[in-house]
Amino acid sequence: MENEPVISINNLWAGYEADTILEDINFDMFQDDFIGLVGPNGGGKTTLIRVILGLIKPEKGTISVMGREPARGRKHIGYVSQFQVEDKHFPISVWDVVAMGRLRSNLVRNFRLLPGDKEAIETALEETGMADFRKRTINELSGGQRQRVYISRALATEPKILLLDEPTSSVDSHSSNQLYDLLTELNDHIAILLISHDLTAISTSVKTIGCINRRLVYQGNKELTAEMIEVGYGCPVDLIAHGVPHRVLPGHQHEVRHD
Amino acid sequence: MINHLSTIFSYEFMRNALIASFWISLATGVIGTLVVLNRIVSLSGGIAHAAYGGVGIAYYFGQDPMIGALLFSTVAALIMGMAQRKSKSGADTLIGVMWSIGMAVGIIFISLTPGYKANLMSYLFGSILAVSSGDLHLMALIAFLVLAFVFFTYRSLIAISYDETFSTVTNVPVNLVYLTMLVLIGLTVVVAMRMVGLILVIALLSIPPAISLNHFKDVRTIMFSSVLLSFFFCFLGLVISFQTNIQSGPVIILLASAAFLVSSLVRRLHLTKNS
Repeated sequence: MENEPVISINNLWAGYEADTILEDINFDMFQDDFIGLVGPNGGGKTTLIRVILGLIKPEKGTISVMGREPARGRKHIGYVSQFQVEDKHFPISVWDVVAMGRLRSNLVRNFRLLPGDKEAIETALEETGMADFRKRTINELSGGQRQRVYISRALATEPKILLLDEPTSSVDSHSSNQLYDLLTELNDHIAILLISHDLTAISTSVKTIGCINRRLVYQGNKELTAEMIEVGYGCPVDLIAHGVPHRVLPGHQHEVRHD
Repeated sequence: MINHLSTIFSYEFMRNALIASFWISLATGVIGTLVVLNRIVSLSGGIAHAAYGGVGIAYYFGQDPMIGALLFSTVAALIMGMAQRKSKSGADTLIGVMWSIGMAVGIIFISLTPGYKANLMSYLFGSILAVSSGDLHLMALIAFLVLAFVFFTYRSLIAISYDETFSTVTNVPVNLVYLTMLVLIGLTVVVAMRMVGLILVIALLSIPPAISLNHFKDVRTIMFSSVLLSFFFCFLGLVISFQTNIQSGPVIILLASAAFLVSSLVRRLHLTKNS
């Protein structure tokens, strides 16, 4: 039981209608993992997230979350979505955002917060250090604070897995470091999967790292290997070495599609 | 002044119009807030115009145009809603197409119908004379449905409006709640049409919440304030319309628009003063 993967993907192909974006994905994630996946835009990061969350069905292959199909297993995933610019104008308090984490499939049950819900929201706010901000509206917060609120919301679902989509976009580097400290703490009892286009945003806090560009290269390594870069990553140079011209890495043996 | 008002509202049609304003304001204030927060103003416009097809067809077959409008707006809301759930950009085109088809069908059937049709203008531009006591019951019923729906699903509704993906992941029945909301928008649009006409109904739906959003930070407060504002605009609009013999719809909408302008200026001044 201990070694059952929390997310298991086998020979998975997925995309939208005629456009296959993910090809032959194989990936196992375990309870104590803290994985960072990097990939260029258009490389299938969002598609992978949507497949894991059961929002789109794979074309081929299988995926399970906590041993069940994603639509059933996803209740164990605390999803930390990317903050959208439009969200800024929505009149809502920090508390009410985190309270969304207590919603269930049952509309009657969702009618009001029960005492247990309030406790869970309180705990989630304290874990991220946002408890004092509960009455603020979301547009009064900085990028880093907003990200903490979204992590709180995910924690309020009492998840086994935390799935973060570009967690450090619109967050300054100081807040970003604090965010990683927080994630490292949370990793004590929650598996973490973090997906970003920005390699510099994936800190050394992650235990292992992988690359995704249509195909996924993940071997449980701590560092990017040459193979991962070549196979998994089309054009990594701007990400790996800021501003260094393209030829610092060995030439590609085959072409990798960009879009 | 009070005497004057009591004279105005001694007419039965004016009393009816006032009661209609009350129910319509309840429905539009609450559902309009959701329209603005979900950024589906144009979808709501599409529903309103598609409903005109129902008006025309019902009129042609000698039925109550309101029934035709209600049926058409419900079907239009469901089709547009389902399209939008699939793809936001695809839905945009569909909304535009259904918007025009509804109008075209309505106009064709009305021109096929022999006889005097001045009454049908009231669906386009609204008329205080148009409100019957049967309409009042319908308005009350729809206001009640809107309030009950928002009251019972409030938390789920706000979550869906704020972050649809997150709501889906927590397994909230997003489609059910979202489509119900659209159907209620459709029903509200049809009854509000009696008052301000289908062309102006979008303004009544969106302006009071837009003003409230400038000044309040809680959705419930915004809904409440939108209801009050909407009723205020309707009331004042009715009085002015009675006095000047100008149609009620445009008067109400111009009042609302003027208030929106002032509200936005006040907010801007306030923001620059604070920064």
